[in-house]
Amino acid sequence: MLPPQGSAYAAEVDTVYMALFWLSVVLFLGIAVCAIGFAWRYRYKPGRVTPHQTHNTMLEIIWSVIPLLLCIGIFFWGLHGWMEAAVAPGEAMEVQIVAKKWIWQFEYPDGTRTVNELHVPVNKPVRFVMTSEDVIHDFFVPDMRTKQDIVPGRYTQEWFTPTVLGVHHVTCAEYCGKGHSDMQAKLSVDTDADYQKFMETGGTEWEDYKNNPAAWGKLQWERKGCSTCHSIDGTRIPGGGPSWKGIWGKMEEMNDGRKVLVDQDYVIESEDFPQAKIVKGFEPIMPTFQGLLRSHERQGIIAFIKSLGNDPNGGPPAPTVLSLPPKPQPGQQAQGGAQGQAK
Amino acid sequence: MEHTLTTQPHTGDRPRPAKNYLNAEKGIWSWMTTVDHKRIGVMYLVGVLSAFFVGGIFALIVRLTLLTPSHKLFGKVLITAQTYNRVFTLHGAIMVFLFIIPSVPAALGNFVMPLMLGAKDVAFPRLNLASFYLWVLGAVMAVCSMIFGAVDTGWTFYTPYSTTTDGAVTLMTMAVFVLGFSSIFTGINFVATVHKLRAPGIGWFDMPLFVWGIYSTAIIQVLATPVLGITLALLALERVFSIGIFDPKLGGDPVLFQHFFWFYSHPAVYIMILPGMAIISELIPTFSRKTMFGYRAVAYSSVSLALLSFIVWGHHLFVAGQSQLANVIFSALTFLVAIPSGVKMFNWLGTMYKGNISLETPMMYAISFLLLFAIGGLTGIFLGTLSTDVHLTDTYFVVAHFHYVMMGGTVIAFIGGLHYWWPKMTGRMYKEFWGQVGAVIVFIGFNMTFLTQFFLGSQGMPRRYYNYLDQYQPLHAFSTVGSWVLGLGLFLTAANLLASLRKPYDAPDNPWGGTTLEWQTSSPPITHNFEDQPVLEKAPYDYRPEPVAH
Repeated sequence: MLPPQGSAYAAEVDTVYMALFWLSVVLFLGIAVCAIGFAWRYRYKPGRVTPHQTHNTMLEIIWSVIPLLLCIGIFFWGLHGWMEAAVAPGEAMEVQIVAKKWIWQFEYPDGTRTVNELHVPVNKPVRFVMTSEDVIHDFFVPDMRTKQDIVPGRYTQEWFTPTVLGVHHVTCAEYCGKGHSDMQAKLSVDTDADYQKFMETGGTEWEDYKNNPAAWGKLQWERKGCSTCHSIDGTRIPGGGPSWKGIWGKMEEMNDGRKVLVDQDYVIESEDFPQAKIVKGFEPIMPTFQGLLRSHERQGIIAFIKSLGNDPNGGPPAPTVLSLPPKPQPGQQAQGGAQGQAK
Repeated sequence: MEHTLTTQPHTGDRPRPAKNYLNAEKGIWSWMTTVDHKRIGVMYLVGVLSAFFVGGIFALIVRLTLLTPSHKLFGKVLITAQTYNRVFTLHGAIMVFLFIIPSVPAALGNFVMPLMLGAKDVAFPRLNLASFYLWVLGAVMAVCSMIFGAVDTGWTFYTPYSTTTDGAVTLMTMAVFVLGFSSIFTGINFVATVHKLRAPGIGWFDMPLFVWGIYSTAIIQVLATPVLGITLALLALERVFSIGIFDPKLGGDPVLFQHFFWFYSHPAVYIMILPGMAIISELIPTFSRKTMFGYRAVAYSSVSLALLSFIVWGHHLFVAGQSQLANVIFSALTFLVAIPSGVKMFNWLGTMYKGNISLETPMMYAISFLLLFAIGGLTGIFLGTLSTDVHLTDTYFVVAHFHYVMMGGTVIAFIGGLHYWWPKMTGRMYKEFWGQVGAVIVFIGFNMTFLTQFFLGSQGMPRRYYNYLDQYQPLHAFSTVGSWVLGLGLFLTAANLLASLRKPYDAPDNPWGGTTLEWQTSSPPITHNFEDQPVLEKAPYDYRPEPVAH
């Protein structure tokens, strides 16, 4: 009935939930048995005279006071659990979250940034300081039983102590438009060693894709949220951007009339400064990914776009396939200065 | 006097008058310019049922889209995410503002309340007609906003999404603004009517409980709706002139909007549910042929719910970023709502105890109401409790909860009341058998559709989602199939009621053996309601055998 428990707090919430559930079942059955039982037991018989019972003050008091006491008890029980969730412990690690249509951006204490992928060490309290760049979003982690709106123009907080290793689901719970239901992230609860490794290298997963950079790029297309707006089958996503199919090497017409060749430079510029060149007929809605992509992630995306084919109507031929760069070193990544200084 | 046998309807003690409110005047113009509360009630009824139909179609589209995670039917994607957002917005806005809020008060209340008070009409008949025309204007504006650009904000219009998104949001908010005034006018009218137009002998505690419910509702309508009007006017001003009230980019505060919005919209929940409860308080004594148990407790509970409704709005904002202290206070206050709701429930059951209960269609709906509203109320406890609310809010659990209250409560009571007063309103009896079959199918379909959604929400499925994880698909599919069963039940019910209109008048004056005044006039009533000024001789719900003389 409830999702897996990812923290000790989740188990506490579930205890309250299950208690309320069984209380509700009992009360519902009581009401149902009375309603249906009376309808059967006192079913219509012609001529039967019913007693003229207008009220019974004692009964009214009893069935007001007992529910009141029950409610007071439940209130304090719910308050108890919630108070605990309201204030993060002082030693909690702090992760900044910036939410925007329709991606999650996480920034760690050392300045590392990730998109739609959140890594935290197991058994350590972690506090999220969150804000939004556009509309209201909501950082909902069902396995942790925590949820908090992310409001533009202010900071809100949420915290938990993950106790279960592995991947948990993060999902946006405040309606934010077309890509609302695609605004998902992966919460990876790592061992200390794995977490440290991730902080240093941005993860080693890409090494599995050395021989197939396009497949690595496709993974980025899904993870970084590109897929919310850019299709790969030539269809146009309403309210989104151009499909990536067949655009490599194409001369695209911009909304100011310029013609621009879709090549590495154009792709990288669009990632960092998405408003610089807008393809004709589209809205300037793309968020910037400046500082959010590592070089091997960019390379993967470029390889993926290339793999989706050239412009069938000509244009210059595609350049040869790039090989992936060596394992990125701290400070050399595309995050820019923040991480370099932190090391 | 022996109680009327419902299985053998009699035609009343006096011959049916040749002229009644339906045929006294003829032609469309006589309807458009009428100030007769009964005709206005019927026009409202046609209007709100049309809105219910349109809103229902949108609901079926939403459910059909969610049948599979790929949204495909016969290999084609049904609707895109953007269209989906517009469809659920229209479903919510139409159902709340065009259907449920005016359904019981403006349609049934307009028709029945003056009759129950032995009055000739409401206090301000022209204002009554004006409020209907405002409703029509609001409906037309809402339809225009659908055609010219659509709205994708959700019925809650949360800022800054609603101030920055494209589409006809300004027109839609203005439509709701106009509908709000329609609601306010109805409220003013009803308050004045209850205070001033009671027939001789009807003291406050001789009024039928339906009137108490409508009266409590009218007070909320008058006091709360202006806040909605002001809020939506500010929203429109912000959209048009970029005045920074709610958008932080302009220096505003988006959470302020939520406070304003729920300061109206939580009382609006009681604008919706109190009239439903009021109908149930009529149906249960009538079909149990027993006096209302705890009349005063039920009357007071209506008023206390109306007052409590104003101080619990913050429970919609537990995770929205309001202060923690406010969260604690609002949670505590919210629990108080459970007490008068429980009092009503227990008194209804107390009325059935040792009654003489027959299960005609209206009573089937009354029992449906008791079961569904019990679920709606009990699941409300999960949401009032702070620690569980954090997990459940903004998920399908909330969707299921408010559908159990709004549809399982208000709409089921509305349909029950419609069957109850149908003979009075139209002068015709519908087919009892098909009415009962419809009630059973609606009950089953409703539970299939929405009980599943409690489980979806508990598992963490957020609301207003177009795409969803594969793991949720079985429950979504079950819910969608349920929506078809529900649709079938409602279709059958509508067909049964409409079919009765083809017959000549055949309804007796008092088919159910009701004790309130509306059953003492003819079916359908004459234009001025009663031949002579009725005088109340017996309190309502007095089912004691008639003494020899009085």
